Amino acid sequence: MGNVPTTVKHCLSYDQLLRDYPWLKRWLLEEKTITDHEYPKYVKIVEVGPRDGLQNEKLIDMLSRTGLPVIEATSFVSSKWVPQMADHTDVLRGLHRAPRVQYPVLTPNMQGFQDAVAAGATEVAVFGSASETFSKKNINCSIDESMLRFEEVINAAKEQHIPVRGYVSCALGCPHEGHVEPSEVAKVATRLYEMGCYEISLGDTIGAGTPGSMVKMLQSVMKEVPVSALAVHCHDTYGQALPNILTALQMGVSVVDAAVAGLGGCPYAPGSSGNVSTEDVLYMLHGMGVETGVNLAQVIEAGDFICSALCRRTNSKVAQAQGRSL
Amino acid sequence: MADHTDVLRGLHRAPRVQYPVLTPNMQGFQDAVAAGATEVAVFGSASETFSKKNINCSIDESMLRFEEVINAAKEQHIPVRGYVSCALGCPHEGHVEPSEVAKVATRLYEMGCYEISLGDTIGAGTPGSMVKMLQSVMKEVPVSALAVHCHDTYGQALPNILTALQMGVSVVDAAVAGLGGCPYAPGSSGNVSTEDVLYMLHGMGVETGVNLAQVIEAGDFICSALCRRTNSKVAQAQGRSL
Repeated sequence: MGNVPTTVKHCLSYDQLLRDYPWLKRWLLEEKTITDHEYPKYVKIVEVGPRDGLQNEKLIDMLSRTGLPVIEATSFVSSKWVPQMADHTDVLRGLHRAPRVQYPVLTPNMQGFQDAVAAGATEVAVFGSASETFSKKNINCSIDESMLRFEEVINAAKEQHIPVRGYVSCALGCPHEGHVEPSEVAKVATRLYEMGCYEISLGDTIGAGTPGSMVKMLQSVMKEVPVSALAVHCHDTYGQALPNILTALQMGVSVVDAAVAGLGGCPYAPGSSGNVSTEDVLYMLHGMGVETGVNLAQVIEAGDFICSALCRRTNSKVAQAQGRSL
Repeated sequence: MADHTDVLRGLHRAPRVQYPVLTPNMQGFQDAVAAGATEVAVFGSASETFSKKNINCSIDESMLRFEEVINAAKEQHIPVRGYVSCALGCPHEGHVEPSEVAKVATRLYEMGCYEISLGDTIGAGTPGSMVKMLQSVMKEVPVSALAVHCHDTYGQALPNILTALQMGVSVVDAAVAGLGGCPYAPGSSGNVSTEDVLYMLHGMGVETGVNLAQVIEAGDFICSALCRRTNSKVAQAQGRSL
């Protein structure tokens, strides 16, 4: 291209342009490769393992020493429906509370709330659903009816200066209805927030969500609820929990629910898994330079313990990679 | 691998599907061409120790071998794909500098590989290390020529793949039912499952042209044949290969 003007040469050949201006390539690449994503400097991990019927005091003690800031200890549901929860009062009373750790308990109604307070609860949680069918099948009432029950609990809790966390299940799909509209999730999240919940945990109950549906759902919810009040509770049924959590962090969420060894959760198909493993979440966050205040090695030990105690294999890939709980 | 010639010769080649084969040296390359190979691949390492322990020679020596293969392939118009293992960590050396990965990737690219697959051999990478490594490589190799080959040993494959996509990578290696890979500890897993990758990509509206249900069927078949449990969570969720 000897007698072609330089500018034309550059139009015809991008490679030639880059050869003549070496600084340009670097500049363009830096513009392109610096990811726009800023991640939170600190992510609060809410440990939900013990809550799902594991009821093991030694487990809670071990978790209390790991640096986890929140450990859901148990659930004050009626023991008529869930017999393995009958000793929730004993679990709560027997807790060795570590300083700077919160131990919320689930309280679906006033009876549960009163029992929880009598047993020494200092934080409670209520569980709403974005799907009408799931609400009816899971807690035997419509979404609206459940909101009235929760409002009672939240008002009673306010009087006693007890913080309340709100959960929205089926945020990325329902086992009965299938697709759930992001606007329905936003509706329930907003109600819980306006009634007085300090934090709303959005749950991918069936684990069917992907970064695609997570973005849409969060965009909808974030129109009404500040992102600082949001948490994500992802299930790993389809292996999507970590990419979904990563996506939520990219949108500004900085509270993540997880369960040691990936135990518990809400399996809806034979062989399907539930909760995402706390260990795997920590591994990812620490690898990204995000602080959590949690000691991963100690969480792996706690997972090791509970898996042996339950004769179960860990669901955590990080624990498996370290040859644990096979 | 003794029957590789039979496997290649016996292939029923579907139209619009490529069937590359690994050829670590000239002998392998010649055998592959004789058996009808139309695309080959060479396997480099970003870690010197891994190179010596895995293929019994230094990185530089391996590059000379690959150059031979690549030049021979060029003469026959056979495309060559380059792999870089230990891109996000080495089982012997631990941390691997992104600049070392970039060095090897660049050499393979400049020698004539049309695509470079960057492999997280021990699965230790996270979105943090993936970003740093890709930034380094992308200073020298265009992103359109890059692929990621993530292992799921620490459950990080999908977030790592998502991160790579966000940086412009658009080629992803995966294995049906998550079989195979390079396990370095008892109980550790290897390749990421094709089914799980597809589920994520399709959920994001990304096209792949691949039918997930049929991949699940293929995974079901091979797991039954090998009496092994699938590593794919998507397949498990559908109650397969338990």
